[in-house]
Amino acid sequence: MKRGLFLPVVSIFGFLFLYVPIVSLVIFSFNKSKLVTVWGGWSTKWYGELLNDPQILGAAWISLKIGVVSATLATVLGTIAAMVLTRFGRVRGRGLLTGMVTAPLVMPEVITGLSLLLLFVAMEASFGWPAGRGMLTIIIAHTTFCMAYVAVVVQSRLTDMDDAIEEAAADLGARPVRVFFDITLPMIAPALISGWLLSFTLSLDDLVIASFVSGPGASTLPMVIFSKVRLGVTPEINALATLIVVVVAVGISISWFFMRKRVKT
Amino acid sequence: MTTLRSSSPWRLTASGLAKLGLNGRALVIAVPMIWLLVFFLIPFLVVLKISVAEPMIARPPYSPLFIEGQDGWSIKATLGNYAYLFEDSLYINAYLSSIKIAFFSTVFSLLIGYPMAYYIARSPEPKRSLLLILIVLPFWTSFLLRVYAWIGILKGKGVLNAFLLKLGVINEPLIIMQTDIAVYIGIVYTYLPFMILPLYANLVKLDDALLEASADLGAGPISTFFRITIPLSLPGIVAGSMLVFIPAIGEFVIPALLGGPDTLMIGKVLWTEFFSNRDWPVASAVAIAMLVLLVIPIMLLRLAQSKQGDSA
Repeated sequence: MKRGLFLPVVSIFGFLFLYVPIVSLVIFSFNKSKLVTVWGGWSTKWYGELLNDPQILGAAWISLKIGVVSATLATVLGTIAAMVLTRFGRVRGRGLLTGMVTAPLVMPEVITGLSLLLLFVAMEASFGWPAGRGMLTIIIAHTTFCMAYVAVVVQSRLTDMDDAIEEAAADLGARPVRVFFDITLPMIAPALISGWLLSFTLSLDDLVIASFVSGPGASTLPMVIFSKVRLGVTPEINALATLIVVVVAVGISISWFFMRKRVKT
Repeated sequence: MTTLRSSSPWRLTASGLAKLGLNGRALVIAVPMIWLLVFFLIPFLVVLKISVAEPMIARPPYSPLFIEGQDGWSIKATLGNYAYLFEDSLYINAYLSSIKIAFFSTVFSLLIGYPMAYYIARSPEPKRSLLLILIVLPFWTSFLLRVYAWIGILKGKGVLNAFLLKLGVINEPLIIMQTDIAVYIGIVYTYLPFMILPLYANLVKLDDALLEASADLGAGPISTFFRITIPLSLPGIVAGSMLVFIPAIGEFVIPALLGGPDTLMIGKVLWTEFFSNRDWPVASAVAIAMLVLLVIPIMLLRLAQSKQGDSA
């Protein structure tokens, strides 16, 4: 088949479309001038302001704590759900569990956020827990939608994996719990790590659900960013975005390096 | 039940639970099941319940569904909130406008995403892996910040206008910010990777022999594309399209940041109804109406995904 210029040209345009906004964020984070189009020379003063902004730093700390706890809980729950769906055969309620695991992936955030908030309010009115809303309610909400992502990632790893080794261990007399911790867990570890990282990223990035289920005193980083950004372009936020891009790029490069190494050996 | 070995730390608990009629298996199933029932399924029933309640100045601000009267319990439900959605043209317009914006964003994503997915699928390794990483990479950076980046590009004195003015393509700045065009750009930009990945997964499995056979039988490249490639990649097209359409319908951040005051989207309406008007019953009715709209797209997505899975 003759290959024209059409495909490469569209692809280059597409990649430019994906990366120009990110590159422009990075460049303007070093702009001395507060105005976006006026180039006032190179400066790192916005990074200084960012690191001296107690509101942003406080929110970042809250977001990190929520992210670590929800990613960990989501990884545990999501892995159990994936095990049930791939290794337990036809158990009662399997269909219901499948539906509940995959539905959060396509549910609009406004609906998830609203429904969880209404649940928390109704629960508090009925039996006093959770008392008020804040970090705990955000953690529950994030765990719920992140465990769906973990379940999908781990499930595909479990399906691809050869279960003969697990069967061999069971034949040799290992109890199911032992088979899981000695055989299955080490084999699905890479999926658990990527599931955890994905959950952590999703939790750190969520604005809509956190806004619904949060209470006074628990403003996450996206909530603070959103309130600042609504008022217009803020170079400080550009600096923050640049730091995030650098962390992500370094992280992806490291994982790519290790993946290539593993493939070679 | 299998017999228990001595010195197993699980012995005591396991045998104790077995006496209660529970085994480890049931417990393992129960953990994710109960979590999802409580924090995913029941919340929808709560939304449904509140959508038929009346707004009240109280805490929480809605009337109870079950009322304890002198002659026992009675149920008080109203469809008034749903009727209200039909009476006020704001809601119907927001509904239709969401469908329109989501639909055209999906079409634009497909028009850009299909050639890109095809190009990546036909690239040799290691270029293919590298391009795939470039598609996935933006996922890992903040979605909110990437949408924010477009404000600096699209606004009156933004990067795009400065660039075009300098080139002499335009004489006065284009007004894109705070219009529906900015919302389209934002949605296509955000969800393009969701379109590309399922298309890629499908196209990478496309058998070259079929294309060669078609060419041998005298079909031109265009005819082969429309009669072989497109029909074979249909599950990928449907899956990708639904992965753009479904989140676009409920989108809040993009219309809130890039759209103008007259950009109507159902997600934004729900947000305003809840946070500004504090009308929980109407917000719940809007959520239920949005869910009804999404039933068919979600079913299409599941069908396409199971087809994708079968051919793998």
